[in-house]
Amino acid sequence: MPLQVKRIAEAGSLESGDLLVVVAPSEGVSIEVTSSVERQFGDRIRQIVSEVIQSMSVSGVSVKIQDRGALDYVIMARLITALRRSFEDEAA
Amino acid sequence: MRLRRSMLYVPGNSPSMIQNAHIYGADSILLDLEDSVPLEEKDAARELVRMALSYLNFEDVEVTVRINPLDTAFGVDDLHAVALPMLDAVRLPKASCPEDVKRLSDLLTEIEEENGLERGRIHIHPMIETAVGVENAFLIARASERVDAITIGGQDLTADMGVVKTEEGVELLYPRMRVVMAAKAAGIDALDTVYADVNDAEGLKKEALMVKRLGFTGKAAIHPNQIGVINGVFSPSEEEVEEALRIVKASLLASKEGKGVVVVDGKMVDLPVVKRAKRILMLAGVDFDV
Repeated sequence: MPLQVKRIAEAGSLESGDLLVVVAPSEGVSIEVTSSVERQFGDRIRQIVSEVIQSMSVSGVSVKIQDRGALDYVIMARLITALRRSFEDEAA
Repeated sequence: MRLRRSMLYVPGNSPSMIQNAHIYGADSILLDLEDSVPLEEKDAARELVRMALSYLNFEDVEVTVRINPLDTAFGVDDLHAVALPMLDAVRLPKASCPEDVKRLSDLLTEIEEENGLERGRIHIHPMIETAVGVENAFLIARASERVDAITIGGQDLTADMGVVKTEEGVELLYPRMRVVMAAKAAGIDALDTVYADVNDAEGLKKEALMVKRLGFTGKAAIHPNQIGVINGVFSPSEEEVEEALRIVKASLLASKEGKGVVVVDGKMVDLPVVKRAKRILMLAGVDFDV
């Protein structure tokens, strides 16, 4: 059964080498990336985000990313953390 | 034998520090999930360290992770996340009795089996930072075959003792000596606590020399600029290497000639001295088997 994004959640930071990920409930899947290296790495970031969303079986989510030159492992870690936080109820 | 002179603390929620941790010359890196990570970021740091251990290459630097204590809401989850092939050792904070280490060791055995890892491969570095822990140091050092180093945490320990940590460190003299003796008796490494003032290289050197005299084999660093000083202090000096070479050569000659007594510079040398000399040569990377 697909996991449900129940609330807006974020993870990461705007420090160099990191990224800030904000996820929110949505009908379908949308990915928005802001990065100083968008031209070189924008597609790569979107690909990683799609793979994580698929592997976690998330159905509807909007993902907004502000990238500060994060490596792949950071993108994965921050997105996974934001998604896990969004699966929890507000009170949790 | 692993060279373990310096161990660099790295906050577990900082990507830029994690991915550069191994380039500064530290023998070990210590990715921290405990004190350097605020409560609301424990989940993020755990995931970041898990991914770092899965995807980064730290070359031949020893990789350790300080988990949260097992009696907190985070400790067991930390362990499940980081017990990966890249991990060399788990640092266990606030180890107060041998049961703390045994519990961690049993959990590691379970996780190693689940993940198809070689059993017993992940070592444990208990951190002595309570008064009870100091008194139980030897039992803690011997609690599991996974324990190959024991460390002392000065800040929490002095707080537990109800005293202030001072520059001269007289309040830590007994705990340090007790921890060192426990390590020696158990045949493992003894690692000293951090020196907090990252801008005082002289003070760091003084403290490192003092704890080396007590018997510590290495010291933790909280900033890359402390690593050079620590490595320098815990590496054998030229004089030490020369003397060790004379002792080991004399010992090899004596055994070749069937003599039971080793004599160096006219003085009789006992077996423990030969053993220490061999250790110095190993630390210096000198091949003595000639």
